[in-house]
Amino acid sequence: MATYAKPLARPKPHAEEHEENPREHLMHDPLPRGQMNAMVMESMHETKPIFWVVTAVLAVIVVFALGYEWYTLIMQGQGVAGVTRPDYWGVFLVNTVFWIGISHAGTFISAILRVLKVESRRPFTRAAELMTTFGLAQAGLSIFMHLGRVWLTYWMFPIPNERTIWPDFHSPLMWDLMAITTYLLCSTMYLVLPLIPDLAMARDRTTSGWKKTFYKITAIGFRGTEGEWKNLVTAMNIFAFAIIPVMFSVHTIVSWDFAMASRPGWSSTVFGPYFVIGALHSGMAAVAIVLFLLRSTMKHYKYFIRPEHFGTIGMLMFLVSMAWAYFYFNDYIVPWYGGNVWDKLVQEYTEKGPLGYLWFTMLFVNIVVPWAILWNKKWRETPWLLASVGVLINIGMYIERYLIIPVGVTINRMPFTWRQYYPRIEIPMTVGTFAFFLLLYMLASRVIPLIPVWEVQEGQEAHLIRKIGKAEVSTLSDME
Amino acid sequence: MTTNVELPVFTNNSEEVLQGRWGMVIDQDICTGCQACVAACSMENNVPFVGEDDAGYGRAMHWIRIERLWDNAKFPGTKMSSYQPVMCQQCHNAPCEPVCPVYASVHSESEDLNLQVYNRCIGTRYCGNNCPYQVRAFNWRDYTDFREGNTAKNNPKWAVLQNQLNPDVTVRRRGVMEKCTFCIQRIHGAEDKAKSEGREVRDGEFTSACAQACPASAISFGRIDDPNSAVSRAGESSRGKHLLEELGTLPRVTYLTGGA
Repeated sequence: MATYAKPLARPKPHAEEHEENPREHLMHDPLPRGQMNAMVMESMHETKPIFWVVTAVLAVIVVFALGYEWYTLIMQGQGVAGVTRPDYWGVFLVNTVFWIGISHAGTFISAILRVLKVESRRPFTRAAELMTTFGLAQAGLSIFMHLGRVWLTYWMFPIPNERTIWPDFHSPLMWDLMAITTYLLCSTMYLVLPLIPDLAMARDRTTSGWKKTFYKITAIGFRGTEGEWKNLVTAMNIFAFAIIPVMFSVHTIVSWDFAMASRPGWSSTVFGPYFVIGALHSGMAAVAIVLFLLRSTMKHYKYFIRPEHFGTIGMLMFLVSMAWAYFYFNDYIVPWYGGNVWDKLVQEYTEKGPLGYLWFTMLFVNIVVPWAILWNKKWRETPWLLASVGVLINIGMYIERYLIIPVGVTINRMPFTWRQYYPRIEIPMTVGTFAFFLLLYMLASRVIPLIPVWEVQEGQEAHLIRKIGKAEVSTLSDME
Repeated sequence: MTTNVELPVFTNNSEEVLQGRWGMVIDQDICTGCQACVAACSMENNVPFVGEDDAGYGRAMHWIRIERLWDNAKFPGTKMSSYQPVMCQQCHNAPCEPVCPVYASVHSESEDLNLQVYNRCIGTRYCGNNCPYQVRAFNWRDYTDFREGNTAKNNPKWAVLQNQLNPDVTVRRRGVMEKCTFCIQRIHGAEDKAKSEGREVRDGEFTSACAQACPASAISFGRIDDPNSAVSRAGESSRGKHLLEELGTLPRVTYLTGGA
């Protein structure tokens, strides 16, 4: 008797057109290990002349803005900046908050997505972690720019001295210092740990020169034995869990610089979570920009960074922008409902004041643009479109910080002192921090493998396509 | 519809309010806004002149300022005083103090004043931000730079001003916050003199520069823990109020306003 195979369900017409081919995913599209390593090495070493031109331009900007302009600022005092009473805090602190926000995405992606085992994180964790470290460097520089007597910064450090003068730990600035230092140290260690196998890979593929010495030192003798891998994975697991609370606390504490002050518009209990979500909003957007730039400039990166990864980031951006909108309107409606006259004045000045157009721009690019574009999977997975949304969100988040700091402090309880703030030397120095960030990133791309090759290979080994009946199913075996 | 609800009156008579030593009473009803106190304060405390450009941008460093407030047409019937001299209110519970990371903004236990330690200040400007009265002055530039190379020859502007500096008060460099001290050099001078003569400081023996210069005697200065001092008696007036009292900063300056 002949067997008769009966389809279990009637397939929908044209279903195969809408179905993705799982083989298009990086995890199901493996290359031989040697070839993949060679691709990453090649992308590091093959440098086009245009790269050095851009590097030189950035270096000139950095030397001018962070060298000459900063020298002027230090030697002549904060008078060359635009800060005045009552805007004692200006764009330098906007930059600090902005860069700390950028730095949040790195940890979010590498730690939280690692703990949650989101597989599509694998090829871009390194790029995000580097953003964390270099972003924090810009945040630190911006704080130092802000100080009136920057050469005495060490007075904030708890160094024992013969006069037994200790820093005042009541001050939110001290909490801030502690939090940012902890975060910088943790994130740097967390960047270095997964980097060790890749540095060892680079060491084995470099024959001579200073790079060989560099990789030899930084790979700290990693040979890839079973015991070394075990220790590395254990260390990374510990750090992944330990760094998550650090990440949440650091931006909460940054927000306390403002929330703890007794100023209308600042003194708000929602500032902690609101700032964390704001940081993720700008950070995820920045990851989208960086991935787009890497994909379009680095050789072979179109293999590693694919539309699916932009899709993942786009989805996170969509979620975060909804959460941000919720917190923003909480921060907005609660004071409005409370009816405090000073809070009301600050809100009215923000909306209807001379900088009201900034407020509307912020709402448009932070909420309307992501919601209008990111709902669509196809649009989400278009790299240039996602990067453009990322640029707009970052502009919006910069405006948001600008509205909170210099615009917010314009209104205080002594109407006689109200005065609008105009940035002066802050503008070139802000450009300088952006140039310095890009410069560091470009230089790092020549010596550090920006793709965690071993993580990609590990993921590809764990993924398999199995046939179950007629269907091809993507499976994932747990490596741990 | 009018309702006759008796509003609760909040008065703070705790021990810490009553122990404050130095205080000031300003009668806004007789202040003419002549700015003599501003000039006298600048002379007494070596407050630098910031120049036209910076002053126009709101960086004038006066430790006392005369606020001119106009009657608002939006609220007819409200009577606002025309002139309001505002200096550091010497809060007992000062918002500027806990925010300084290096203890440059500190509270003096003996005089119950807020003091700024100029050579400890690193210029975070958090105190200025957190001051609800906005009375702190920041040295945006080196306005008083008498170092070598900045002499009468190449900078005659400063050289002239050098001759009027008060030797009892230091000058401040760029990047440092400063503020009204209630003329602490005069307080200490009077206390030292009284101590050498073996007596207490008498009421009216000395006064602050602003009070001394006021032609209308709108400002009185003295010990507010002495119930018989002129300033205590003036402060008992029913016209007395404190600036932004609802913040609980317990300021030491009383404003008299709302009289005939």
